[in-house]
Amino acid sequence: MIDLSVDLCGLKLRNPTMLAAGVLGETGKSMATVARAGAGAIVTKSIGKKPRSGHLNPCVVELPFGLLNAMGLPNPGAEAFGREIAEAREGGAPVIASVFGSTEEEFAELCGLMAKYGADAVELNLSCPHAHGYGAEIGSDPDTVQAICRKAKKRLRIPVLAKLTPDTTSIADLALAAQRGGADGIVAINTLKGMRILPEARMPVLANRVGGLSGPAIRPVGVRCVYEIFEAVKVPVVGVGGVSNASDALEYIMAGASSVQVGTAVWSEGPEVFSKITGGLMKFMAENGFNSVKEMVGIAHSSRP
Amino acid sequence: MLTIHGHTDEIPNVRTILFKEKLLSKPGQFVMVWVPGVDEFPMSASHTIPRLGVTYRILGPGTTALASRKPGDRIGIRGPYGRGFTLEGERILGVAGGLGIAPLAPFLELAMTKGASAELVLGAKTAKEVLFDGRMTDAGVKVHISTDNGSAGFKGLASELAKEVLSGKKFDCIYACGPEKMLVEVLALAGRHKTPVQASLERYMKCGIGICDSCAIDGRHVCKDGPVFPDSELRTFGELGKTKLDPSGRRVSI
Repeated sequence: MIDLSVDLCGLKLRNPTMLAAGVLGETGKSMATVARAGAGAIVTKSIGKKPRSGHLNPCVVELPFGLLNAMGLPNPGAEAFGREIAEAREGGAPVIASVFGSTEEEFAELCGLMAKYGADAVELNLSCPHAHGYGAEIGSDPDTVQAICRKAKKRLRIPVLAKLTPDTTSIADLALAAQRGGADGIVAINTLKGMRILPEARMPVLANRVGGLSGPAIRPVGVRCVYEIFEAVKVPVVGVGGVSNASDALEYIMAGASSVQVGTAVWSEGPEVFSKITGGLMKFMAENGFNSVKEMVGIAHSSRP
Repeated sequence: MLTIHGHTDEIPNVRTILFKEKLLSKPGQFVMVWVPGVDEFPMSASHTIPRLGVTYRILGPGTTALASRKPGDRIGIRGPYGRGFTLEGERILGVAGGLGIAPLAPFLELAMTKGASAELVLGAKTAKEVLFDGRMTDAGVKVHISTDNGSAGFKGLASELAKEVLSGKKFDCIYACGPEKMLVEVLALAGRHKTPVQASLERYMKCGIGICDSCAIDGRHVCKDGPVFPDSELRTFGELGKTKLDPSGRRVSI
């Protein structure tokens, strides 16, 4: 009997796919729709203390191999988000609230609110590449990552996941810092910092000039990061970056991810992508003699001499 | 990027910008218009063949900048995006409020070339603000005008005039675009006449491609699932005519 369910830091997921932060995660009903389409868990859009409109348009560029975006962390503010979390949970999958702040106190306060609203876990956004004073700007420093995780952890009983940036010398060092701070799990990777210039316009297309690259183009980077993090830490790892089918998900799982997140593929394939991935996983496991996802986590490491 | 062919002044503060290039799209679809260095915003195509055109009200910095661009200047266009209008039956009725005629005009023109017989309720605040009435008459559409102050045609709302038009005739489908309160009225009216509706909605939009959730309405997305929705979906929208999201994602009343 093949079992797709996974345990992520104590959370029971019916399958190892999750909606990644920032995609269709602003309204509860959209999140519930994605959960009903088959996602094993839902990560909300990153929520801050105050309402924030984000960057001006253009905030997204479509590329042949992915997307470049600079949304700039738009969100309705923590206090307006309780009803969205409640509606999202009606979809039947655990809801993980992504939060962003500029200080450890701000993160901790937001975590407390999200737990109060019924979030099943929190994901600390330590990696957004396009918002000044937030995300990767503070999440590239191991000591800061450790301090933010520690403060959040102290505040909460629900699991704390740290989402890390690949735009650093050693993502494994950041993961170790998060683990020292008490994070229950690591999420890797966020988008890679990038720019698109349209020669005819003689300027960067994104209003923010710089954005985050996602989609198939970054999958080899994400898989490498997860592979390195898996060797460095003991806590579970969630793989994200360019997953759009079962084979992509298996790359991450074999590199050491116990579950995967899907973002850009929701654009290219719609919410149906989740059932496509889980169907493909079932098929692969049946053909290759695996009964549980756990049996495959990190097996790419055992091939080393 | 596309090249500006020229501008046309339509009614006070409303212009059409035509591009040298055509756009292969379905009437009712929209494009993201990028004025380099200023802003990018969604606009329904009001003209598609032989040239893409968009008709817009000069409101903020983005549309002010667009209006100041000269023939030969280049404007970024992505799209077309979304779901447009689909012709159902032969006798159709358009109901347009204000600039809502912009996406309906190319649809009604196309419907006429396909042999449909079309009537249009065209609502505006005053006689000066009636848009595309000549264009629609030229296409063979029977036009009924309503103005809020009665300075042209029927005095009252487009939905009130639509009620009169519908009381005398049976249509195969109603096509609507305009203020959301008008759409709610039209939906109720169509329900009483057991006539299908397709209506084009408007929401604040960022990505335009179905990922950012800014234009969400009851778990659906105006950019990707719409902007045109059939009555079967419209009737499930609890937010229709009541709330929408502001740029930060906060719910605000309509």
